[in-house]
Amino acid sequence: MRISTVERAVDLRRPIGRISLRVAGHAGRFFFMLVDLFRGLPEWRTWLPYTIEQANLIGYGSMFIVILIAGFAGGVTALQTGYQFTGAYPLYIAGGVISESVILELGPVLTGLILAGRIGASFAAELGTMRVTEQIDALESLGRSPVTHLLLPRCIAGIVVIPALVMFANGIGFFTGFIAAKQSLGITNADFAYGARYFFHSFDMWYSAIKAVAFAFAVTTIPCYIGFNAQQGAEGVGRATTQAVVAASVTILMLDLVLAQVLLGGAR
Amino acid sequence: MIDLQHVSKRFLEHVVLDDVNFTVSKGETVALLGPSGVGKSVLLKHIIGLIRPDTGEVLVDGLSVPHLKRKELAQLRTRIGYVFQNGALFDSMDVFENIRLGITDDTSYRDLRFAHERVRECLRLVNLAPEVMQKMPSELSGGMRKRVGIARAIAGKPTYLLYDEPTSGLDPVNSDVIDTLIERLQQELGVTSVVVTHDVRGAFRVADRIALLWQAKIRAVGTAEEIVASKDEAVQQFLERDLEMAVIQGGKD
Repeated sequence: MRISTVERAVDLRRPIGRISLRVAGHAGRFFFMLVDLFRGLPEWRTWLPYTIEQANLIGYGSMFIVILIAGFAGGVTALQTGYQFTGAYPLYIAGGVISESVILELGPVLTGLILAGRIGASFAAELGTMRVTEQIDALESLGRSPVTHLLLPRCIAGIVVIPALVMFANGIGFFTGFIAAKQSLGITNADFAYGARYFFHSFDMWYSAIKAVAFAFAVTTIPCYIGFNAQQGAEGVGRATTQAVVAASVTILMLDLVLAQVLLGGAR
Repeated sequence: MIDLQHVSKRFLEHVVLDDVNFTVSKGETVALLGPSGVGKSVLLKHIIGLIRPDTGEVLVDGLSVPHLKRKELAQLRTRIGYVFQNGALFDSMDVFENIRLGITDDTSYRDLRFAHERVRECLRLVNLAPEVMQKMPSELSGGMRKRVGIARAIAGKPTYLLYDEPTSGLDPVNSDVIDTLIERLQQELGVTSVVVTHDVRGAFRVADRIALLWQAKIRAVGTAEEIVASKDEAVQQFLERDLEMAVIQGGKD
Protein backbone atom coordinates (compact mmCIF):
# COMPACT_ATOMS: atom_id res chain seq x y z
CA MET A 1 0.00 0.00 0.00
CA ARG A 2 2.78 2.39 1.00
CA ILE A 3 4.75 1.48 -2.09
CA SER A 4 1.84 2.15 -4.38
CA THR A 5 1.33 5.59 -2.74
CA VAL A 6 4.99 6.45 -3.24
CA GLU A 7 4.89 5.16 -6.78
CA ARG A 8 1.85 7.27 -7.46
CA ALA A 9 3.57 10.31 -5.95
CA VAL A 10 6.64 10.01 -8.15
CA ASP A 11 4.70 9.06 -11.25
CA LEU A 12 4.88 12.30 -13.19
CA ARG A 13 2.63 11.17 -16.02
CA ARG A 14 -0.54 12.15 -14.21
CA PRO A 15 0.41 15.78 -13.29
CA ILE A 16 2.09 16.31 -16.66
CA GLY A 17 -1.01 15.06 -18.43
CA ARG A 18 -3.23 17.26 -16.29
CA ILE A 19 -1.09 20.35 -16.87
CA SER A 20 -0.87 19.64 -20.60
CA LEU A 21 -4.64 19.38 -20.83
CA ARG A 22 -5.06 22.65 -18.93
CA VAL A 23 -2.53 24.46 -21.13
CA ALA A 24 -4.13 23.09 -24.28
CA GLY A 25 -7.56 24.11 -23.01
CA HIS A 26 -6.42 27.67 -22.26
CA ALA A 27 -4.58 27.93 -25.59
CA GLY A 28 -7.69 26.80 -27.45
CA ARG A 29 -10.01 29.18 -25.61
CA PHE A 30 -7.54 32.06 -26.00
CA PHE A 31 -7.32 31.37 -29.74
CA PHE A 32 -11.11 31.37 -30.06
CA MET A 33 -11.25 34.64 -28.13
CA LEU A 34 -8.83 36.17 -30.67
CA VAL A 35 -11.01 34.85 -33.51
CA ASP A 36 -14.05 36.43 -31.83
CA LEU A 37 -12.17 39.73 -31.54
CA PHE A 38 -11.45 39.74 -35.28
CA ARG A 39 -15.02 38.76 -36.06
CA GLY A 40 -16.25 41.67 -33.95
CA LEU A 41 -14.22 44.27 -35.89
CA PRO A 42 -16.94 45.08 -38.47
CA GLU A 43 -19.29 46.12 -35.65
CA TRP A 44 -17.36 49.36 -35.18
CA ARG A 45 -20.47 51.38 -34.31
CA THR A 46 -20.69 49.37 -31.10
CA TRP A 47 -17.06 49.21 -30.03
CA LEU A 48 -15.80 52.63 -31.14
CA PRO A 49 -17.43 54.77 -28.39
CA TYR A 50 -16.25 52.37 -25.67
CA THR A 51 -12.78 52.28 -27.25
CA ILE A 52 -12.44 56.06 -27.04
CA GLU A 53 -13.45 55.89 -23.37
CA GLN A 54 -10.89 53.14 -22.69
CA ALA A 55 -8.16 54.95 -24.66
CA ASN A 56 -8.66 58.00 -22.45
CA LEU A 57 -8.46 55.90 -19.31
CA ILE A 58 -5.33 54.07 -20.45
CA GLY A 59 -3.59 57.11 -21.95
CA TYR A 60 -4.18 59.87 -19.42
CA GLY A 61 -4.35 57.45 -16.52
CA SER A 62 -0.92 55.99 -17.26
CA MET A 63 0.85 59.21 -18.25
CA PHE A 64 2.19 60.02 -14.78
CA ILE A 65 3.57 56.57 -14.02
CA VAL A 66 5.14 56.35 -17.49
CA ILE A 67 6.88 59.72 -17.02
CA LEU A 68 8.11 58.59 -13.62
CA ILE A 69 9.44 55.22 -14.79
CA ALA A 70 11.02 56.51 -18.01
CA GLY A 71 12.53 59.50 -16.23
CA PHE A 72 14.20 57.37 -13.58
CA ALA A 73 15.30 54.76 -16.14
CA GLY A 74 17.01 57.41 -18.29
CA GLY A 75 18.69 59.01 -15.30
CA VAL A 76 19.96 55.74 -13.84
CA THR A 77 21.24 54.58 -17.26
CA ALA A 78 23.24 57.81 -17.57
CA LEU A 79 24.77 57.43 -14.10
CA GLN A 80 25.67 53.77 -14.61
CA THR A 81 27.11 54.49 -18.06
CA GLY A 82 29.28 57.14 -16.46
CA TYR A 83 30.41 54.71 -13.77
CA GLN A 84 31.32 52.04 -16.34
CA PHE A 85 32.88 54.15 -19.08
CA THR A 86 34.48 57.23 -17.53
CA GLY A 87 38.21 57.23 -18.20
CA ALA A 88 38.03 54.12 -20.37
CA TYR A 89 36.17 55.37 -23.43
CA PRO A 90 35.51 58.74 -25.08
CA LEU A 91 32.58 60.48 -23.39
CA TYR A 92 30.49 60.76 -26.54
CA ILE A 93 29.89 56.99 -26.30
CA ALA A 94 27.63 57.72 -23.32
CA GLY A 95 25.22 59.49 -25.72
CA GLY A 96 24.97 56.35 -27.81
CA VAL A 97 24.65 53.94 -24.90
CA ILE A 98 21.94 55.99 -23.17
CA SER A 99 19.83 56.59 -26.27
CA GLU A 100 20.14 53.01 -27.51
CA SER A 101 19.43 51.50 -24.07
CA VAL A 102 16.32 53.62 -23.68
CA ILE A 103 14.95 53.14 -27.21
CA LEU A 104 15.78 49.47 -27.68
CA GLU A 105 15.11 48.08 -24.22
CA LEU A 106 14.20 50.25 -21.27
CA GLY A 107 11.44 52.33 -22.87
CA PRO A 108 9.39 49.44 -24.27
CA VAL A 109 10.09 46.83 -21.58
CA LEU A 110 9.70 48.98 -18.49
CA THR A 111 6.60 50.68 -19.90
CA GLY A 112 5.20 47.27 -20.88
CA LEU A 113 5.83 45.81 -17.43
CA ILE A 114 4.41 48.77 -15.57
CA LEU A 115 1.32 48.76 -17.80
CA ALA A 116 0.95 45.01 -17.31
CA GLY A 117 0.55 45.84 -13.63
CA ARG A 118 -1.62 48.88 -14.04
CA ILE A 119 -3.83 48.11 -17.05
CA GLY A 120 -3.62 44.32 -16.90
CA ALA A 121 -4.76 44.24 -13.27
CA SER A 122 -7.53 46.71 -13.96
CA PHE A 123 -8.84 44.78 -17.02
CA ALA A 124 -8.74 41.43 -15.21
CA ALA A 125 -10.39 42.80 -12.06
CA GLU A 126 -13.11 44.69 -13.97
CA LEU A 127 -14.00 41.79 -16.25
CA GLY A 128 -13.66 39.24 -13.44
CA THR A 129 -16.05 41.23 -11.25
CA MET A 130 -18.46 41.57 -14.15
CA ARG A 131 -18.29 37.81 -14.67
CA VAL A 132 -18.91 36.81 -11.04
CA THR A 133 -21.69 39.38 -10.56
CA GLU A 134 -23.42 38.09 -13.72
CA GLN A 135 -23.01 41.41 -15.56
CA ILE A 136 -21.49 39.59 -18.55
CA ASP A 137 -24.40 37.12 -18.52
CA ALA A 138 -26.76 40.09 -18.34
CA LEU A 139 -25.13 41.65 -21.40
CA GLU A 140 -25.50 38.37 -23.31
CA SER A 141 -29.09 37.99 -22.16
CA LEU A 142 -29.84 41.35 -23.81
CA GLY A 143 -28.64 39.92 -27.12
CA ARG A 144 -25.46 42.02 -26.96
CA SER A 145 -22.00 40.67 -27.51
CA PRO A 146 -19.52 40.95 -24.61
CA VAL A 147 -16.77 40.82 -27.23
CA THR A 148 -17.78 44.05 -28.95
CA HIS A 149 -18.92 45.79 -25.75
CA LEU A 150 -16.13 44.77 -23.36
CA LEU A 151 -13.16 42.98 -24.92
CA LEU A 152 -12.64 44.69 -28.27
CA PRO A 153 -12.69 48.26 -26.88
CA ARG A 154 -10.08 47.37 -24.25
CA CYS A 155 -7.81 45.53 -26.69
CA ILE A 156 -7.98 48.11 -29.48
CA ALA A 157 -7.53 51.02 -27.07
CA GLY A 158 -4.48 49.31 -25.55
CA ILE A 159 -2.94 48.38 -28.89
CA VAL A 160 -3.29 51.99 -30.11
CA VAL A 161 -2.38 53.85 -26.92
CA ILE A 162 0.41 51.69 -25.43
CA PRO A 163 2.81 52.12 -28.40
CA ALA A 164 2.21 55.88 -28.15
CA LEU A 165 3.03 55.71 -24.43
CA VAL A 166 6.20 53.73 -25.22
CA MET A 167 7.33 56.39 -27.72
CA PHE A 168 6.57 59.04 -25.12
CA ALA A 169 8.58 57.03 -22.55
CA ASN A 170 11.48 56.83 -25.03
CA GLY A 171 11.46 60.61 -25.34
CA ILE A 172 11.32 61.18 -21.58
CA GLY A 173 14.04 58.56 -20.91
CA PHE A 174 16.28 60.07 -23.56
CA PHE A 175 15.77 63.57 -22.18
CA THR A 176 16.39 62.67 -18.51
CA GLY A 177 19.37 60.54 -19.57
CA PHE A 178 20.79 63.54 -21.38
CA ILE A 179 20.23 65.86 -18.39
CA ALA A 180 21.73 63.32 -15.93
CA ALA A 181 24.74 62.70 -18.23
CA LYS A 182 25.33 66.44 -18.50
CA GLN A 183 25.16 66.93 -14.75
CA SER A 184 27.13 63.89 -13.61
CA LEU A 185 29.56 63.25 -16.47
CA GLY A 186 29.95 66.79 -17.69
CA ILE A 187 29.34 65.70 -21.29
CA THR A 188 28.74 68.52 -23.75
CA ASN A 189 25.59 68.85 -25.85
CA ALA A 190 27.62 68.30 -29.00
CA ASP A 191 29.32 65.14 -27.68
CA PHE A 192 26.02 63.66 -26.48
CA ALA A 193 24.33 64.42 -29.82
CA TYR A 194 27.30 63.01 -31.76
CA GLY A 195 27.25 59.76 -29.74
CA ALA A 196 23.50 59.40 -30.01
CA ARG A 197 23.60 59.95 -33.80
CA TYR A 198 26.66 57.75 -34.29
CA PHE A 199 25.05 54.64 -32.81
CA PHE A 200 21.49 55.35 -34.00
CA HIS A 201 19.88 53.33 -36.80
CA SER A 202 16.49 54.30 -38.16
CA PHE A 203 15.43 50.67 -37.63
CA ASP A 204 15.87 51.18 -33.87
CA MET A 205 12.66 53.20 -33.75
CA TRP A 206 10.82 50.55 -35.76
CA TYR A 207 12.18 47.89 -33.43
CA SER A 208 10.97 49.85 -30.42
CA ALA A 209 7.55 50.33 -32.03
CA ILE A 210 7.22 46.65 -33.00
CA LYS A 211 8.07 45.64 -29.44
CA ALA A 212 5.55 48.15 -28.11
CA VAL A 213 2.75 46.74 -30.28
CA ALA A 214 3.64 43.16 -29.29
CA PHE A 215 3.72 44.11 -25.59
CA ALA A 216 0.44 46.01 -25.95
CA PHE A 217 -1.12 42.88 -27.41
CA ALA A 218 0.08 40.87 -24.38
CA VAL A 219 -0.93 43.53 -21.85
CA THR A 220 -4.50 43.71 -23.22
CA THR A 221 -5.49 40.29 -24.55
CA ILE A 222 -4.09 38.11 -21.73
CA PRO A 223 -5.73 39.99 -18.82
CA CYS A 224 -8.97 40.27 -20.84
CA TYR A 225 -8.96 36.49 -21.37
CA ILE A 226 -8.18 35.70 -17.73
CA GLY A 227 -10.65 38.23 -16.30
CA PHE A 228 -13.39 37.18 -18.71
CA ASN A 229 -13.06 33.57 -17.56
CA ALA A 230 -12.79 34.31 -13.82
CA GLN A 231 -14.76 32.04 -11.50
CA GLN A 232 -15.84 31.71 -7.88
CA GLY A 233 -16.53 35.09 -6.35
CA ALA A 234 -14.13 37.62 -4.85
CA GLU A 235 -11.41 35.02 -4.38
CA GLY A 236 -11.64 34.10 -8.06
CA VAL A 237 -11.36 37.74 -9.09
CA GLY A 238 -8.29 38.18 -6.88
CA ARG A 239 -6.70 35.08 -8.35
CA ALA A 240 -7.53 36.19 -11.89
CA THR A 241 -5.99 39.61 -11.28
CA THR A 242 -2.75 38.12 -9.95
CA GLN A 243 -2.58 35.57 -12.77
CA ALA A 244 -3.22 38.28 -15.35
CA VAL A 245 -0.36 40.48 -14.15
CA VAL A 246 2.07 37.56 -13.84
CA ALA A 247 1.10 36.05 -17.22
CA ALA A 248 1.27 39.40 -19.04
CA SER A 249 4.66 40.25 -17.44
CA VAL A 250 6.20 36.86 -18.24
CA THR A 251 4.87 37.07 -21.81
CA ILE A 252 6.47 40.51 -22.19
CA LEU A 253 9.85 39.15 -21.09
CA MET A 254 9.52 36.17 -23.43
CA LEU A 255 8.47 38.37 -26.35
CA ASP A 256 11.42 40.64 -25.58
CA LEU A 257 13.83 37.74 -26.03
CA VAL A 258 12.09 36.33 -29.10
CA LEU A 259 11.86 39.71 -30.85
CA ALA A 260 15.52 40.51 -30.08
CA GLN A 261 16.53 37.23 -31.69
CA VAL A 262 14.17 37.55 -34.65
CA LEU A 263 14.64 41.25 -35.42
CA LEU A 264 18.21 41.91 -34.25
CA GLY A 265 19.75 38.42 -34.35
CA GLY A 266 20.94 38.63 -37.95
CA ALA A 267 21.11 42.40 -38.23
CA ARG A 268 24.72 43.05 -37.20
CA MET B 1 -43.89 28.60 -25.99
CA ILE B 2 -41.01 27.29 -23.88
CA ASP B 3 -40.42 23.55 -23.93
CA LEU B 4 -37.62 21.67 -22.18
CA GLN B 5 -37.51 18.00 -23.13
CA HIS B 6 -35.48 15.44 -21.18
CA VAL B 7 -32.88 18.03 -20.19
CA SER B 8 -29.94 16.81 -18.13
CA LYS B 9 -27.02 18.85 -16.84
CA ARG B 10 -24.14 18.03 -14.54
CA PHE B 11 -21.22 20.10 -13.26
CA LEU B 12 -18.31 17.70 -12.72
CA GLU B 13 -19.83 14.94 -10.56
CA HIS B 14 -22.80 16.99 -9.39
CA VAL B 15 -26.02 16.21 -11.30
CA VAL B 16 -28.06 19.43 -11.36
CA LEU B 17 -30.83 18.51 -13.79
CA ASP B 18 -31.80 14.93 -14.50
CA ASP B 19 -34.18 14.26 -17.39
CA VAL B 20 -36.22 17.39 -16.76
CA ASN B 21 -39.37 18.12 -18.77
CA PHE B 22 -40.83 21.59 -18.38
CA THR B 23 -43.33 23.48 -20.54
CA VAL B 24 -44.66 27.03 -20.41
CA SER B 25 -47.51 27.96 -22.73
CA LYS B 26 -47.98 31.35 -24.36
CA GLY B 27 -49.25 34.03 -21.98
CA GLU B 28 -48.82 31.79 -18.96
CA THR B 29 -46.89 32.52 -15.75
CA VAL B 30 -45.19 29.49 -14.25
CA ALA B 31 -43.36 29.59 -10.93
CA LEU B 32 -40.49 27.20 -10.52
CA LEU B 33 -40.18 26.37 -6.84
CA GLY B 34 -37.46 24.49 -5.06
CA PRO B 35 -34.94 24.74 -2.26
CA SER B 36 -31.81 26.88 -2.69
CA GLY B 37 -29.06 25.32 -4.79
CA VAL B 38 -31.34 22.77 -6.44
CA GLY B 39 -30.71 24.06 -9.98
CA LYS B 40 -33.62 26.41 -10.62
CA SER B 41 -31.39 29.18 -11.99
CA VAL B 42 -29.49 26.64 -14.08
CA LEU B 43 -32.78 25.59 -15.67
CA LEU B 44 -33.67 29.23 -16.34
CA LYS B 45 -30.28 29.87 -17.96
CA HIS B 46 -30.89 26.95 -20.32
CA ILE B 47 -33.94 28.79 -21.69
CA ILE B 48 -31.90 31.83 -22.70
CA GLY B 49 -28.90 29.82 -23.88
CA LEU B 50 -26.46 30.93 -21.19
CA ILE B 51 -25.97 27.24 -20.31
CA ARG B 52 -26.16 24.33 -22.74
CA PRO B 53 -27.71 21.03 -21.69
CA ASP B 54 -25.57 17.87 -21.65
CA THR B 55 -28.52 16.03 -23.18
CA GLY B 56 -32.07 16.93 -24.09
CA GLU B 57 -33.72 19.71 -26.03
CA VAL B 58 -34.57 23.31 -25.15
CA LEU B 59 -37.15 24.84 -27.47
CA VAL B 60 -38.32 28.46 -27.46
CA ASP B 61 -40.92 29.31 -30.10
CA GLY B 62 -39.97 26.03 -31.77
CA LEU B 63 -36.29 27.02 -32.04
CA SER B 64 -33.70 24.70 -30.56
CA VAL B 65 -31.76 27.08 -28.30
CA PRO B 66 -28.55 25.00 -27.91
CA HIS B 67 -28.24 24.62 -31.68
CA LEU B 68 -28.78 28.25 -32.66
CA LYS B 69 -25.94 30.15 -34.32
CA ARG B 70 -24.54 33.16 -32.49
CA LYS B 71 -26.62 35.74 -34.41
CA GLU B 72 -29.77 33.66 -34.21
CA LEU B 73 -29.31 33.28 -30.47
CA ALA B 74 -28.76 37.04 -30.08
CA GLN B 75 -31.93 37.58 -32.11
CA LEU B 76 -33.90 35.17 -29.91
CA ARG B 77 -32.58 36.85 -26.76
CA THR B 78 -34.07 40.16 -27.89
CA ARG B 79 -37.47 38.50 -27.34
CA ILE B 80 -36.58 37.34 -23.82
CA GLY B 81 -36.16 39.59 -20.79
CA TYR B 82 -34.06 38.11 -18.00
CA VAL B 83 -34.20 39.48 -14.46
CA PHE B 84 -31.08 38.45 -12.58
CA GLN B 85 -31.02 37.48 -8.93
CA ASN B 86 -28.95 40.47 -7.78
CA GLY B 87 -29.99 42.78 -10.57
CA ALA B 88 -26.65 42.35 -12.41
CA LEU B 89 -26.70 46.07 -13.20
CA PHE B 90 -23.63 47.43 -14.95
CA ASP B 91 -21.64 49.17 -12.22
CA SER B 92 -19.95 51.65 -14.52
CA MET B 93 -23.21 52.95 -16.03
CA ASP B 94 -25.99 55.01 -14.51
CA VAL B 95 -29.57 53.74 -14.37
CA PHE B 96 -30.45 55.42 -17.70
CA GLU B 97 -27.62 53.67 -19.55
CA ASN B 98 -28.42 50.37 -17.83
CA ILE B 99 -32.04 50.43 -18.95
CA ARG B 100 -31.13 51.85 -22.36
CA LEU B 101 -28.98 48.78 -23.01
CA GLY B 102 -32.18 46.77 -22.68
CA ILE B 103 -33.56 48.44 -25.82
CA THR B 104 -32.62 45.64 -28.15
CA ASP B 105 -33.47 47.34 -31.46
CA ASP B 106 -30.26 49.10 -32.52
CA THR B 107 -31.95 52.00 -34.32
CA SER B 108 -34.15 52.77 -31.31
CA TYR B 109 -31.14 52.32 -29.00
CA ARG B 110 -29.19 55.02 -30.86
CA ASP B 111 -32.15 57.42 -30.95
CA LEU B 112 -31.51 59.29 -27.70
CA ARG B 113 -34.93 60.94 -27.56
CA PHE B 114 -36.70 57.59 -28.01
CA ALA B 115 -34.36 55.94 -25.49
CA HIS B 116 -35.13 58.65 -22.94
CA GLU B 117 -38.87 58.18 -23.37
CA ARG B 118 -38.59 54.40 -23.20
CA VAL B 119 -36.45 54.48 -20.06
CA ARG B 120 -38.92 56.87 -18.42
CA GLU B 121 -41.80 54.54 -19.39
CA CYS B 122 -40.02 51.47 -18.01
CA LEU B 123 -39.26 53.27 -14.74
CA ARG B 124 -42.93 54.18 -14.47
CA LEU B 125 -43.92 50.54 -15.00
CA VAL B 126 -41.70 49.47 -12.10
CA ASN B 127 -42.90 52.31 -9.84
CA LEU B 128 -39.66 54.30 -9.88
CA ALA B 129 -39.38 58.07 -10.28
CA PRO B 130 -37.66 59.46 -13.41
CA GLU B 131 -35.04 61.09 -11.16
CA VAL B 132 -33.58 57.62 -10.51
CA MET B 133 -32.21 57.72 -14.09
CA GLN B 134 -29.14 59.69 -13.08
CA LYS B 135 -28.23 57.48 -10.13
CA MET B 136 -25.47 54.89 -10.21
CA PRO B 137 -26.34 51.29 -9.22
CA SER B 138 -24.25 51.66 -6.03
CA GLU B 139 -26.62 54.43 -4.89
CA LEU B 140 -29.70 52.17 -5.07
CA SER B 141 -31.28 50.00 -2.36
CA GLY B 142 -31.71 46.24 -2.90
CA GLY B 143 -35.37 46.60 -3.87
CA MET B 144 -34.62 49.46 -6.28
CA ARG B 145 -31.84 47.46 -7.92
CA LYS B 146 -34.27 44.60 -8.51
CA ARG B 147 -36.81 47.00 -10.00
CA VAL B 148 -34.20 48.61 -12.26
CA GLY B 149 -33.22 45.07 -13.32
CA ILE B 150 -36.87 44.43 -14.23
CA ALA B 151 -37.06 47.77 -16.06
CA ARG B 152 -34.00 46.80 -18.11
CA ALA B 153 -35.53 43.39 -18.88
CA ILE B 154 -38.77 44.93 -20.20
CA ALA B 155 -37.11 47.82 -22.10
CA GLY B 156 -36.85 45.73 -25.27
CA LYS B 157 -40.57 44.80 -25.13
CA PRO B 158 -39.91 41.08 -24.74
CA THR B 159 -42.37 38.26 -25.32
CA TYR B 160 -40.94 36.25 -22.44
CA LEU B 161 -39.83 37.36 -18.99
CA LEU B 162 -37.61 35.13 -16.90
CA TYR B 163 -37.26 36.11 -13.24
CA ASP B 164 -34.42 34.59 -11.24
CA GLU B 165 -35.30 34.86 -7.53
CA PRO B 166 -36.91 38.30 -7.88
CA THR B 167 -37.68 38.58 -4.15
CA SER B 168 -34.65 36.90 -2.58
CA GLY B 169 -32.85 39.04 -0.04
CA LEU B 170 -35.78 41.44 0.27
CA ASP B 171 -37.90 42.14 3.33
CA PRO B 172 -41.58 41.00 3.19
CA VAL B 173 -42.83 44.48 2.27
CA ASN B 174 -40.45 44.82 -0.68
CA SER B 175 -41.16 41.20 -1.68
CA ASP B 176 -44.84 42.08 -1.88
CA VAL B 177 -44.02 45.15 -3.98
CA ILE B 178 -42.07 42.99 -6.45
CA ASP B 179 -44.82 40.32 -6.55
CA THR B 180 -47.41 43.01 -7.26
CA LEU B 181 -45.14 44.33 -9.98
CA ILE B 182 -44.83 40.91 -11.60
CA GLU B 183 -48.61 40.54 -11.57
CA ARG B 184 -49.07 44.00 -13.03
CA LEU B 185 -46.51 43.48 -15.80
CA GLN B 186 -48.19 40.20 -16.63
CA GLN B 187 -51.52 42.02 -17.03
CA GLU B 188 -50.21 45.14 -18.81
CA LEU B 189 -47.65 43.54 -21.12
CA GLY B 190 -49.24 40.10 -21.57
CA VAL B 191 -45.85 38.38 -21.48
CA THR B 192 -45.12 34.71 -20.88
CA SER B 193 -43.21 34.43 -17.61
CA VAL B 194 -41.15 31.98 -15.64
CA VAL B 195 -40.53 32.96 -12.02
CA VAL B 196 -37.80 31.04 -10.23
CA THR B 197 -38.25 31.35 -6.50
CA HIS B 198 -38.18 29.55 -3.19
CA ASP B 199 -40.87 31.85 -1.79
CA VAL B 200 -44.05 29.71 -1.80
CA ARG B 201 -46.40 32.56 -0.94
CA GLY B 202 -45.05 34.71 -3.78
CA ALA B 203 -45.27 31.80 -6.22
CA PHE B 204 -48.89 31.06 -5.27
CA ARG B 205 -49.73 34.70 -5.77
CA VAL B 206 -48.19 35.38 -9.20
CA ALA B 207 -48.28 32.03 -11.01
CA ASP B 208 -50.90 30.29 -13.10
CA ARG B 209 -49.04 27.03 -12.59
CA ILE B 210 -46.35 25.92 -10.19
CA ALA B 211 -43.57 23.41 -10.74
CA LEU B 212 -41.42 21.97 -7.97
CA LEU B 213 -37.80 21.13 -8.75
CA TRP B 214 -36.56 18.59 -6.22
CA GLN B 215 -33.35 16.57 -6.34
CA ALA B 216 -32.62 17.43 -10.00
CA LYS B 217 -36.10 16.45 -11.20
CA ILE B 218 -39.45 18.17 -11.67
CA ARG B 219 -41.34 16.54 -8.82
CA ALA B 220 -44.75 18.15 -9.31
CA VAL B 221 -46.52 20.53 -11.69
CA GLY B 222 -49.96 22.03 -11.37
CA THR B 223 -52.11 24.92 -10.25
CA ALA B 224 -51.75 26.22 -6.69
CA GLU B 225 -54.74 24.13 -5.61
CA GLU B 226 -53.31 20.99 -7.20
CA ILE B 227 -49.95 21.54 -5.55
CA VAL B 228 -51.51 22.11 -2.13
CA ALA B 229 -53.64 18.97 -2.58
CA SER B 230 -50.65 16.91 -3.71
CA LYS B 231 -50.03 13.72 -1.76
CA ASP B 232 -46.33 13.78 -2.67
CA GLU B 233 -44.25 13.79 0.52
CA ALA B 234 -41.51 16.03 -0.92
CA VAL B 235 -44.08 18.61 -2.06
CA GLN B 236 -45.78 18.67 1.33
CA GLN B 237 -42.43 18.81 3.13
CA PHE B 238 -41.34 21.80 1.01
CA LEU B 239 -44.65 23.64 1.42
CA GLU B 240 -44.77 23.06 5.19
CA ARG B 241 -41.20 24.21 5.67
CA ASP B 242 -41.80 27.43 3.73
CA LEU B 243 -45.06 28.14 5.53
CA GLU B 244 -43.27 27.61 8.86
CA MET B 245 -40.66 30.16 7.74
CA ALA B 246 -43.47 32.54 6.79
CA VAL B 247 -45.00 32.20 10.27
CA ILE B 248 -41.58 32.81 11.91
CA GLN B 249 -41.00 35.87 9.69
CA GLY B 250 -44.52 37.09 10.42
CA GLY B 251 -43.85 36.74 14.16
CA LYS B 252 -40.63 38.73 13.88
CA ASP B 253 -42.36 41.47 11.86
